[in-house]
Amino acid sequence: MNIHEYQAKEIFRKYGVPTPRGGVAFSGPEARKVAEELGGDLWVVKAQIHAGGRGKAGGVKLAKTLDEVEKIAEEMLGMTLVTHQTGPEGKVVKKVYIEEGADIKAEYYLGMVLDRALEMPVMMASTEGGMEIEEVAAKTPEKIIKVAIDPAIGFQPFHARKLAFGLGLGKDEQKEFIRFASALYNVYMDNDAELIEINPLIKTGEGKFIALDAKMGFDDNALYRHPEIAEMRDLDEEEPTELEAKKYGLSYIKLDGNVGCMVNGAGLAMATMDIIKHEGGEPANFLDVGGGANPDTVAKGFEIILSDPNVKSIFVNIFGGIVRCDRVANGILEATKKVEVNVPVIVRLDGTNAEEAAEILRNANIKNIIPAEDLKDGAKKAVAAAKGEL
Amino acid sequence: MSILVNKDTKVIVQGFTGKEGTFHAQQCMDYGTNIVGGVTPNKGGMTHLGKPVFNTVEEAVKATGATVSMIFVPPAFVADAVMEAADAGIELAVIITEGAPVRDMMYAKHYAVKKGMKTIGPNCPGIITAEECKIGIMPGNIFKKGNVGLISKSGTLTYEASNQVVKEGLGITTAVGIGGDPIIGLSYKELLPMFEADDETEAIVMIGEIGGDLEIQAAKLIKEKITKPVVAFIAGQTAPKGKRMGHAGAIVSGSKGTAQEKMEALKEAGVYVVESPADIGATVVKALNNKK
Repeated sequence: MNIHEYQAKEIFRKYGVPTPRGGVAFSGPEARKVAEELGGDLWVVKAQIHAGGRGKAGGVKLAKTLDEVEKIAEEMLGMTLVTHQTGPEGKVVKKVYIEEGADIKAEYYLGMVLDRALEMPVMMASTEGGMEIEEVAAKTPEKIIKVAIDPAIGFQPFHARKLAFGLGLGKDEQKEFIRFASALYNVYMDNDAELIEINPLIKTGEGKFIALDAKMGFDDNALYRHPEIAEMRDLDEEEPTELEAKKYGLSYIKLDGNVGCMVNGAGLAMATMDIIKHEGGEPANFLDVGGGANPDTVAKGFEIILSDPNVKSIFVNIFGGIVRCDRVANGILEATKKVEVNVPVIVRLDGTNAEEAAEILRNANIKNIIPAEDLKDGAKKAVAAAKGEL
Repeated sequence: MSILVNKDTKVIVQGFTGKEGTFHAQQCMDYGTNIVGGVTPNKGGMTHLGKPVFNTVEEAVKATGATVSMIFVPPAFVADAVMEAADAGIELAVIITEGAPVRDMMYAKHYAVKKGMKTIGPNCPGIITAEECKIGIMPGNIFKKGNVGLISKSGTLTYEASNQVVKEGLGITTAVGIGGDPIIGLSYKELLPMFEADDETEAIVMIGEIGGDLEIQAAKLIKEKITKPVVAFIAGQTAPKGKRMGHAGAIVSGSKGTAQEKMEALKEAGVYVVESPADIGATVVKALNNKK
């Protein structure tokens, strides 16, 4: 789960990671009020969406007067921001964050993530603050300094020193940086974060380090022990159909093709998308109905797949293990009574009791339900059906 | 022969008396697995499914001589259960539980390594030596005895691959579902050499997916050390970037962890890489014929 910048900064402050002062606003007048309370003569108005690259897309603007704050906030709210991370459809701005201006002397990048190969968290720093870090990693990897932190010893000053020397920080600045980095490590570990990015981390004229931006993602499996973070979930930032699917224990991701897929198991679901492409079609979605594949989940699966108007055929690919295929076949038949399915449904059932299942489907003799011999045959038929060639 | 487990392996079940633990322990016993007891705190002294229940893993190991534990405890308690097993001298923990926090698994895995305990999973179907010993939740009937070793991140794809191999008239020595979480126990780089050393295994199927770089590490190892033919399929060739595809670890971050990158590395290492998941069985036959 991801959260907004302003929420990440709230967490930062609790741990003593310095951030600029700021407040959230949902309208122009509210933005003005926040700026007034902050005082000063320079403010930053920042669109709050779950995506990076806001600056380039016009989602971060400076204001020198209260009138300007109000005007910019009004323009920004309701605007659709398209950045390299939002996809072409972009994201609608529903709230803005007003911050005091900062005295920027230098910009850096600082981030934390799990290194899956080392099986420990790494902290990464770079002098290329404000740049796309992926671009830096691709073009000038030597400009990213990494330290892996063995959780058995935790974050030590030498970790921070290594980063500080890599960034070329002077002796006086190091102390300040070590304090900052140690606090950030605590933010990461205590909250079961999956990712933290501060881009840019700035050094002020006074030699202080401040998180000018903040991005945080969390391990969904650990949210149960962080109710205050779970509450930060912004449903506006998530795909409504994906959320609907989740309610029923289904894992759904919409894609751009026209062959709907309903599969048990995440690996087989990905493989099903792959074989559709391999046979010359385009998958319309990823859908894992889980191990059970009972009539209710299958019916919900049909409903969700068919909510996408592009879908021209559906490939049901179930490998029956402990849940036998004959039961799944009956489940599919029952589901088609609950939901009107008006596109061809190609059904491939294999595994335990596959023969009985095929018999059940043949005997049912429903026009739209086409049994498949095997995985390849099923994919071929589903692709042909989507092209109107079956 | 086989790897890691066989008909003589003594197995205990942590979370034995729970709903999942009970159902699957019974299924494993029906398959022939030598389950010698189980652990559920505060239920020590009971008999469950005809086997003794212990309060601690230490007691269970002392009383039964078990070397393997199958873990079914809920996600919030998984790390504790794994560390308890490691502390009690268990040699292999098979962690079936889905949804364990990554941070917990990081601590548990580090401790298991320190104690010399191997782990499989979490969030995996388990391990099965065909027609001898099933430690997990896979449908046993799909795994007929034969000469193909199988390593897979995905549950249903493991069944799919085994089914294809069996339909070709071949069979499985041992199949290991390693799980698709960001931090897992044994992976390709540990299991491939075990299959290489196993006399009965003549070919190896490895099934990977997007995310992380375990398959890339495997490619390096295969190039240097594996002489038996390897057939690989990588799921997620059509997965969009930045989206988590069901498994917690199945995500392409930036340009890292794509199926294409993994397939190329494996091809380069001399692996038979199949583009279509329907071609796994036939390609194993081809690989074995080429070997002769």
